[in-house]
Amino acid sequence: MTPAARPLPKPAPQHPRARALAAFWGLVLRDTRVLRRELVPFVVRTVMNPLFFVFIFTDVMPKIGQGFAATGTNANFATVLVPGLVAIAVLFQGIMAVTLPLSIELSGTHEIEDRLMAPLPVSWVAFEKIFFSVFQCILAAIVVFPMVYFIPATPVYVHVANGWLLAVVIVLSGVASGALGLALGTIVKPQQISLIFAVLLTPIIFLGCVYYPWALLAPVRWLQVLSLANPLVYVSEGLRMALTPRVPHMPAWAFLSALVISAAGFSAWGIAGFKKRVGS
Amino acid sequence: MPPAIAIAGLTKRYDAGANSVLAVNEIDLEVAEGELFGLLGPNGAGKSTTIGICTTRVMPTAGRVRVAEIDVVADPPRARAEMGVVTQFRALDRSLTCWENLYYHARYFGMGAAAARARAGELLEQFRLADRARTLPDRLSGGMAQRLQIARAVCHRPRVLFLDEPTAGLDPQSRIAVWDLVRELRAGGMTVLLTTHYIEEAERLCDRVAIIDHGRILICDTPAQLKRQAGAGVVMHLRVARAAPELAERLRALAGVSGVEPIEQGFRVFAADRDGLAPAAAAAAQDFGLEDIALAEPSLETVFIRLTGRELRE
Ligand SMILES: Nc1ncnc2c1ncn2[C@@H]1O[C@H](COP(=O)(O)OP(=O)(O)O)[C@@H](O)[C@H]1O
Ligand SMILES: [Mg+2]
Repeated sequence: MTPAARPLPKPAPQHPRARALAAFWGLVLRDTRVLRRELVPFVVRTVMNPLFFVFIFTDVMPKIGQGFAATGTNANFATVLVPGLVAIAVLFQGIMAVTLPLSIELSGTHEIEDRLMAPLPVSWVAFEKIFFSVFQCILAAIVVFPMVYFIPATPVYVHVANGWLLAVVIVLSGVASGALGLALGTIVKPQQISLIFAVLLTPIIFLGCVYYPWALLAPVRWLQVLSLANPLVYVSEGLRMALTPRVPHMPAWAFLSALVISAAGFSAWGIAGFKKRVGS
Repeated sequence: MPPAIAIAGLTKRYDAGANSVLAVNEIDLEVAEGELFGLLGPNGAGKSTTIGICTTRVMPTAGRVRVAEIDVVADPPRARAEMGVVTQFRALDRSLTCWENLYYHARYFGMGAAAARARAGELLEQFRLADRARTLPDRLSGGMAQRLQIARAVCHRPRVLFLDEPTAGLDPQSRIAVWDLVRELRAGGMTVLLTTHYIEEAERLCDRVAIIDHGRILICDTPAQLKRQAGAGVVMHLRVARAAPELAERLRALAGVSGVEPIEQGFRVFAADRDGLAPAAAAAAQDFGLEDIALAEPSLETVFIRLTGRELRE
């Protein structure tokens, strides 16, 4: 009672790597489309915090005689803040861009199913999330930079001596933050996101050497040592060397190796977590 | 000609700490190229797990599945290139419009921009969703969302299509629309494996049906053949005031009766055909306070009851 078998022409055999790369590119195009649709919320989300921070602390406060002097350096507070606020934007963006959507997709809507059914390994789907978040991190850095540069009332000394260093630091930071976002997205339920932000991101940001260079922590030795566990410290210090080399900063080997280790470690953790969550 | 889907000794055990569930228990199944095959069973029978394994989303505990001659465990990406799937979760990409859901799906499968654009437009026409091109999936009715899901699943022209409960929760009209679409795809040469817990769907739509319960395939054949094989030409439900064992004996002795099972307030009687059955049973039940006799048309439901002693409703 079987119906007449109808052989279909077999599709031309495709090289697995080529097929997977095409699918990967498709995922990137899809994410680009979604980002374009959400460009305004993206910019608003990225801009608000640094905008008000810079305005109050480097424009208003000096004018009313309440300005900070970053003691022990020849740089003013506005200059110290440049790499710091760009670092927050990069880290925050990576985590926001991946954790929130992934957490929702995994727990309720199963929206990710179609992308998981694309003809590429599941780990590539996870990696695409990290890859794309690097773009968003770069975009965030580009959006934030003019604000921290132009708004302060006091002069800001920025000098990019080595464009390669800047690029490497931003890309490594983007990978690390996107991968951390991926790992968090696979373990956190959507309802817990705001809690995670409070419990995890608040200390990371305030203790991330955003508002002071790491070297100046010397008088509070325990905090200086403890800070070394915070990935944001290396983003801030790396950007400090790349953007404001006159401010004290860690040596390049220190933050570069720490960033490579964080990027690799978080990626391995995030991709493994993703594979575990989507398979059974 | 090798089968489009070949399942051999398939077993899946979910381990959740102390209690493990044997969701699929040594299933063997072959679906021919171009066939429209139904997996019929109640909730929890193991249908979605079977589809999950076939579509590379669930790892089997044992056994082998080949789809379009590709081992789904050995090479998942290559297997996925040959199949389309609609899962039981209505999982459209909610950040994309209807048109974009199709367009980007085509891109995932390696189509270029122009080909993907053309394919998305063509599918919206074919699935009667052209006026919804720019709508977000959240705004679609259940029937439209399901049509879009099927359109997306076949967008890359897969050889095999998996549909997990494609009409569950749809209104009757949308259900018929989905049936028509599935028939159309089959007529175009596609192999379809669908799961359902609707008797009517299996009976009217499918070339062949396998009945699955507790992770096992009980029987597999064409709907017509199944009804004959199970010896369940007709099922009679007999309600009496006093369901005594003697009555069961008397019923069992009637001509053509192949089985009698106790149910609440009476008995379920299986017989080869209905001629004279009801009057004979009524006479037999006279002394036991006969309350009601109901004869069910022969259907896959009666086959299911015969095989499991239960009704298929959830
Ligand atoms: N991810 C899972 N973890 C543990 N048990 C599961 C999981 N998925 C399904 N099951 C169990 O496996 C059995 C078969 O489920 P399923 O394949 O979904 O059946 P159906 O689709 O026929 O309703 C059920 O007992 C169900 O509770
Ligand atoms: Mg199911």
